[in-house]
Amino acid sequence: MADRKTLQTEMISGHPGPVPGQGMQRDLEVCKLVDTTICIGCKACEVACAEWNDLPFSLTTFDNTYQTMPETRWNFWNLIKFNEHRKEDGTIQWLMRKDQCMHCADPGCLAACPADGAIVKYANGIVDFNQENCIGCEFCISGCPFNIPRFNPSTKRVYKCTLCSDRVGAGLEPACIKACPTGCLKFGTKDDMKFIAEERVNQLRDKFGMENAGVYDPQSVGGTHVIYVLHDATDPERYGGLPKNPQIPWSYTIWKWLFKPVLGTFALFGLAGVFLHYVTVGPRRVQPEPPKKEGGNGQRG
Amino acid sequence: MASAVERFDDKARQAFESVGQTAVYQGELLRHPVYTRVLHWMVALFFFLALFSGFGIYLPWLFRWFTPIFGGGQLVRTMHPWFGLAFVIFFGLQVLNWLKPMAWTAADSNWMRNMRSIVGGKEKMEPPDTGFFNAGQKTQFWEIVIGSVVYLITGVIMWAGAPAAGRMLVAISYVLHDISALIMLGGIFIHVYLSTFGQPGTFQAMTRGAVSEAWAWTFHPAWYKEVTGRDAREACEKARNRG
Repeated sequence: MADRKTLQTEMISGHPGPVPGQGMQRDLEVCKLVDTTICIGCKACEVACAEWNDLPFSLTTFDNTYQTMPETRWNFWNLIKFNEHRKEDGTIQWLMRKDQCMHCADPGCLAACPADGAIVKYANGIVDFNQENCIGCEFCISGCPFNIPRFNPSTKRVYKCTLCSDRVGAGLEPACIKACPTGCLKFGTKDDMKFIAEERVNQLRDKFGMENAGVYDPQSVGGTHVIYVLHDATDPERYGGLPKNPQIPWSYTIWKWLFKPVLGTFALFGLAGVFLHYVTVGPRRVQPEPPKKEGGNGQRG
Repeated sequence: MASAVERFDDKARQAFESVGQTAVYQGELLRHPVYTRVLHWMVALFFFLALFSGFGIYLPWLFRWFTPIFGGGQLVRTMHPWFGLAFVIFFGLQVLNWLKPMAWTAADSNWMRNMRSIVGGKEKMEPPDTGFFNAGQKTQFWEIVIGSVVYLITGVIMWAGAPAAGRMLVAISYVLHDISALIMLGGIFIHVYLSTFGQPGTFQAMTRGAVSEAWAWTFHPAWYKEVTGRDAREACEKARNRG
């Protein structure tokens, strides 16, 4: 791992021309596997995340569930979402889902971001915010189908899970993975994690009778670098708002990369137009114009 | 309703007239009173502040050198909505001030049909029925009215942000806001050109507030007749013969 250069920049928001260092050496994509069928809701990952990333804690609201707070925050990137699901036979199922940035292969936040270099996607799949370039416009929040980026009003910057890019870059697993006591969280290459997830799904189907069990790796955003094993993959919404078909608004794809520069150039035609008018037609003068100079060869006076 | 607006405009004009003044010399006509000029330059100030702060957000890889003028990217982001709000407020007052002269007439429809020869310089003078504003000015004015409404609605949605307004609404607003800005950007080049290099003698209308009679009979013949009672073409011919 040490000789591999996984932290090379692959995409940069709002950046012209080629991406520096692109194509030098590519490594396997990393992936975090969250097996919701094993999670016991111990919140060790929440604590590990806040610890490693040095996130200041703030007061929360307790809503009589096993959930630490209603939503992730700028200073709380990793939240176990707790939901009670009433099954068809009337029994209750507790669903625990670790909610954090999904690190999409096709990140909506990056597409929406207008600030040069505020959001980068590394070749290993990690999508990271560089707060020093963030202008706090909050467009990334509207670009994200998972409702993840969080605005900090006091620093006027947006924050989210980094997949511990600092640890991964040094060859370590993310802090949440390290803390997990049940083996619910796994970290490795995308191929490996998908293989393990599929194996687990087969096990759930064959041995536990969960015929709807499946892997959540939505292809509408090109797949994600955090994937879930779900008891029932046909209805991910029940796991606390996991979208079945996450979408990036078309305005951030077509508009931004095609029409924005093209129409911006059209606006400059106004400037070109008036300049051409001045040199070809010339200014409109107050009438009557002063008489023309003799021998001026048709020049205006 | 209309009379309430008129009363408000009259009061505002009187109030500004008691502070400022417009010197109209011999051979000149009063074009814009103090109130109109102040509104115009407040609109212009906040338009350009919003435009330049918006550039940095629109295409940072091309215009990020604008952002330090406003104190960096985050301050640009914070100030841009306020600039825009001020622009909309001052322009809104100007709309009330100009509701009457900006009303579209049959003369304007004719003007639009003859636009090619007027803009192409074939006609030295505006058509005789061109009033206080010509159809080109009115078109731009009403474009800005529509654009400002788009700005305001989409701007407030983006200002509220995705958590409050919903992410799809923000994503749509962003595009409409940009289109509105691009149309106005194209328009501002024409506006600035015609008021300076394109039509010498025009700029003073918005600075001193007075224009020469010759300017008036050339570019706004019907308005010239309205204020002086003389026919524009005849006045022009007289001046030509004198010269």
